[in-house]
Amino acid sequence: MAEPLLEVRSLRKRFGGLTATDDVSLRLHEGELLAIIGPNGAGKTTLIAQLQGELRPDSGAILLSGAEITHLSPPERAHRGVARSFQITSIFPDFTALENVAMAVQAHAGHSFRFFRPAASEPELVEPAAAALARVGLAQRAAVPAQALAHGEKRQLELAMALAAKPKVMLLDEPMAGMGRLESERMVALLDSLKRDVSILLIEHDMDAVFALADRIAVLVYGRIIATGSADQIRRDPAVREAYLGEGHG
Amino acid sequence: MRATVLAALAIAAVVPLVTAGLGGGEFYLGFATRIVIFAIAATSLNLILGYGGLVSLGHAAFFGLAAYGVGILAAHGVDTAAIQWPVALAACAVFAAVTGLVVLRTSGIYFIMITLAFAQMLYFLFVSLRQYGGDDGLTIATRSRLGPIDLGEPVVLYYLSVLCLVGSLWFCHRLVASRFGMVIRGARTNTRRMAALGFPVFRYQLVAFVLAGVMCGVAGILQANLTQFVSPSYMAWARSGELIVMVVLGGMGTLFGPVLGAAALLILEEVLADWTVHWMLYLGPIIVLIVLFAKRGLIGLFDRRSPPPAGGHHG
Repeated sequence: MAEPLLEVRSLRKRFGGLTATDDVSLRLHEGELLAIIGPNGAGKTTLIAQLQGELRPDSGAILLSGAEITHLSPPERAHRGVARSFQITSIFPDFTALENVAMAVQAHAGHSFRFFRPAASEPELVEPAAAALARVGLAQRAAVPAQALAHGEKRQLELAMALAAKPKVMLLDEPMAGMGRLESERMVALLDSLKRDVSILLIEHDMDAVFALADRIAVLVYGRIIATGSADQIRRDPAVREAYLGEGHG
Repeated sequence: MRATVLAALAIAAVVPLVTAGLGGGEFYLGFATRIVIFAIAATSLNLILGYGGLVSLGHAAFFGLAAYGVGILAAHGVDTAAIQWPVALAACAVFAAVTGLVVLRTSGIYFIMITLAFAQMLYFLFVSLRQYGGDDGLTIATRSRLGPIDLGEPVVLYYLSVLCLVGSLWFCHRLVASRFGMVIRGARTNTRRMAALGFPVFRYQLVAFVLAGVMCGVAGILQANLTQFVSPSYMAWARSGELIVMVVLGGMGTLFGPVLGAAALLILEEVLADWTVHWMLYLGPIIVLIVLFAKRGLIGLFDRRSPPPAGGHHG
């Protein structure tokens, strides 16, 4: 099998007496969508935060295309192609949708010590930003201040910001959180169209979405991965059913 | 926008004529110059506070430091602006860079406290410098020599100050819409997101901190030439607080708000002080009322119709 794009080796993270990440090992391959599911408090967001660099693991290693990134800062990882969307919508409310995405483009367009030319007049920022907005279906909303967007649109915007960075890996933390049924379906279709171009590590509570999208699923319970496999394997796994799906999701 | 700018420039241009018409014109022109100088200082603070969200309670340190730069060099017989001013501004840049390396690692209340602490350190340093007047301050015998331009002429100093203010505002206007400005403004609302996008935010904030410090230094240089005097009180924390009031009163994160705030605060102080010795008792409630009822600051009273422009968001 080819070298995985993202590899996690025996990651551990402890907060006082609580082991939030307990010997987690994962492999995410090129063009793959790996979903991580698990009950609340299983340590899903903590895991993402370590992959993105906001949290440092106590031990273990994270490799991107074979190169170790365990000790790099979030901006450094972003430059190597790790993009993250946040569980709680994390956008710039005062900026327009287009400006939000242009900011993401700018982060990857060299340094920003440019003091005089208005960023809004730079085609090399605005054009890719507009393209990313179009990709998530927000082209018509480009000039709207982000705070005025509907909840679902904000989530789409968040995704456009991650996309605009042309990442190798997207770490998506509950992109469907708080969405209505229709919005969720649209997001599923969107993620489905993206997963050929970019590898995605998805955390999601919406089981229909996970089973529809994921190539593989890993189940995280109390910081440990108790099972990994295809949607069918996970559905049939007795340990998973007991720990998680048994709660009525089955 | 263009009309407002032209009107403001026209007003600024005729001030010396008006003050000459009033009795005691020297006083009023000096007062107008002081407003312009504080408008520069407030504009510089607005850059990091209004746009960058960095609440510095030590910004007056740069004001005083630059004024001392002029005063101390003058005391040693160096009165050419060509030496004085670059030295004074370089001192501000160095102080900003060194303190910025520390304060920018903190945020929120810690940022406020540590900027205050650094400013107080500088304050007490100058209090302890007996050879430069210590607590009593330092009289500056000669104004800066600027080629054929005579700063001893109040009108000349006034117009030079206006020119510096216009320059500062133009610089600010360009800066906040540039890539650099976008990073600074983005970091105000969401530092964590900026890091996730790939911005090493700290570096940009440090540069903004230095730029603001140097711009405030320009105000300090002008002030030293206006009053021919400098004392530690120039960098007292109350002075830093006053600058914050100017920015908030006028409108944080708007281009012209701080100018308006500086004018409003200084005029209020002057009028109230003229009327009663207990002027501070009245100033406080007035500021509270303005801030409560004009949520976007005084500037909000002027352009109620239009939302803030892309280049200048409200706080």
